Amino acid sequence: MSVTIVIPTALRNFTAGRSRLELQATTAGEALDQFTAQYAELRLHLYDDQNKLRSFVNIYVNDEDIRHQSGASTPLKDGDTLMIVPSIAGGATAEADVEKELPSLSNEEIARYSRHLIMPEVGIEGQKRLKAASVLAIGTGGLGAPLGMYLAAAGVGRLGLVDFDVVDSSNLQRQIVHGTKDVGRRKVDSARERLADINPHIEIETHDTRLTSENALALFKNYDIIVDGTDNFPTRYLVNDACVLTGKPNVYGSIFRFEGQASVFWAERGACYRCLYPEPPPPGLVPSCAEGGVLGVLPGIVGAIQANETIKIILGAEDTLVNRLLLFDAWHMKFREFKLRKDPNCPVCGEHPTIKELIDYEQFCGLAPSQQVAAPQLDEITAAELKQRLDRGDDVQIIDVREPHEYEIARIPNTKLIPLAHVVNRMNEIDASRETVLHCKGGVRSAKAIGALKQAGYKGRLINLKGGITAWSDEVDPQVAKY
Amino acid sequence: MLRNPMLQLTTEQQSAIATHGEHDYPYECCGLLLGNFASDGAKVCAELFPISNAREEEAKRSRFLIRPEELLRGEQLAAAKGLDIIGFYHSHPDHPAVPSTYDLEHAWPVYSYIVVAIKSGRAEALRSWEMQTDRTRFAEEEILKGN
Repeated sequence: MSVTIVIPTALRNFTAGRSRLELQATTAGEALDQFTAQYAELRLHLYDDQNKLRSFVNIYVNDEDIRHQSGASTPLKDGDTLMIVPSIAGGATAEADVEKELPSLSNEEIARYSRHLIMPEVGIEGQKRLKAASVLAIGTGGLGAPLGMYLAAAGVGRLGLVDFDVVDSSNLQRQIVHGTKDVGRRKVDSARERLADINPHIEIETHDTRLTSENALALFKNYDIIVDGTDNFPTRYLVNDACVLTGKPNVYGSIFRFEGQASVFWAERGACYRCLYPEPPPPGLVPSCAEGGVLGVLPGIVGAIQANETIKIILGAEDTLVNRLLLFDAWHMKFREFKLRKDPNCPVCGEHPTIKELIDYEQFCGLAPSQQVAAPQLDEITAAELKQRLDRGDDVQIIDVREPHEYEIARIPNTKLIPLAHVVNRMNEIDASRETVLHCKGGVRSAKAIGALKQAGYKGRLINLKGGITAWSDEVDPQVAKY
Repeated sequence: MLRNPMLQLTTEQQSAIATHGEHDYPYECCGLLLGNFASDGAKVCAELFPISNAREEEAKRSRFLIRPEELLRGEQLAAAKGLDIIGFYHSHPDHPAVPSTYDLEHAWPVYSYIVVAIKSGRAEALRSWEMQTDRTRFAEEEILKGN
């Protein structure tokens, strides 16, 4: 293939003033090799001592950065133009990017990490880098459990854990960092104990708090890498924005039922979460794992992928999930991958960002209390109030809008099951002359059912059971199993 | 080719760079120098092209970044006027007007790197540097006051 290389001003001193060069090559890497073979002095400016393109050297094939294509193996066609475009960086202090003085390893540590040390990709230097690194895990649940355990085992020197929750028996099906004896304990305490047992050579810092717009920046500042193991949209956007604002890589993972996603959002090098999802889904559209369920082993796989990518970032590996979204389907056992691109109009990491500080993420995701009030009036009743009314003999019919398999696990007595998807079609089965309470597991689906019924013209009175069958179990009848 | 490390910069251009640095304090400012290479290798700055610092909020105090797309835009603008990019300027808030190790690691040869020190919001020294072609260090270049 005959292609043209366009040479920037700064390098023309090395090419006897030539600004263009024609040569034959089939890939971008081949073209660059020929180019630098012809002008040997140039190589020093384009490649570092490990023979990698320097970070501030950008190669464009016909206006597209090869980092967004296949890198050095990006194919070339006849007539293609290859441009070398500098990005210019600099700054007053060197501390953030110059090599930190790496800590030494004790003989005990050398013995412990021997399977790492004998691989050249890690080696002594890589293991020291792991020891010098600090990682903040948001959440010690399904994703945070395997993540924390593998990072601790790998010898990441300082691990921060953020969680505000306590261990519940329904966590144990997947959150393998906690055990049966830990039910009722603070998750951060339980996780710390387990991780310290796995590796006493590392430092573990616990933050028994909810991550908020008020504390996120101060927390993130003290760590090199942030790993998002959260299960809700407000926190996910919060983690993303705080990572962009503090310049930290965000190792992302999410799970639902049998499907998982993973990526590395790192605004300095590629797309952020907002480039991929500029807007959150409408509240209630995407159910949480508590609503929809999750295969216990799925967070094990996705959390281990997050641990893998975190370790690669620390080791300086090239092929991380930056600008790649990995989709995993555990039921069909399939991995798929999408390319991501930085959105120049991204409100937080684009060319003209409009988000320059952390915002109210509950409100952004449509979950703020003020907005709920503004939403169409929804009649609600608590589980305790419902029980009182039933005991009083009030004529109330209860419709359960969950799925049949959930109904099999636990039910409120004297209810009729009409799953959400069928509630409008089967509207005539709900006696409009009687008061009707609708419930689901947590109250989200039943609220949607009420909206759908009203829209379909249902005339009777509809009341939502606050907190669903879970609240019923908490407030009225602990015999009803929680799931 | 033996080059003469010299940069011609008008008094107005110097004070414009200082003002940009003061304006963006405590963040780093940055911009392009557009001009020509004279036959003796000295650089003559014809105009400045201020750039918005692409670093994220927290990093801007000690870092600047000009994205390749912006550089391309600057290059096209320069070409339309018969000019070239001859270098860059940036500020060092509360640090001396001397290139850092980080500057050196990320530098291109030939270009002028002007650094203006901004101390507590006031511009102080303004110096220009060019990286040696072996990448080992920056050499200071003389700033000639042009017309």
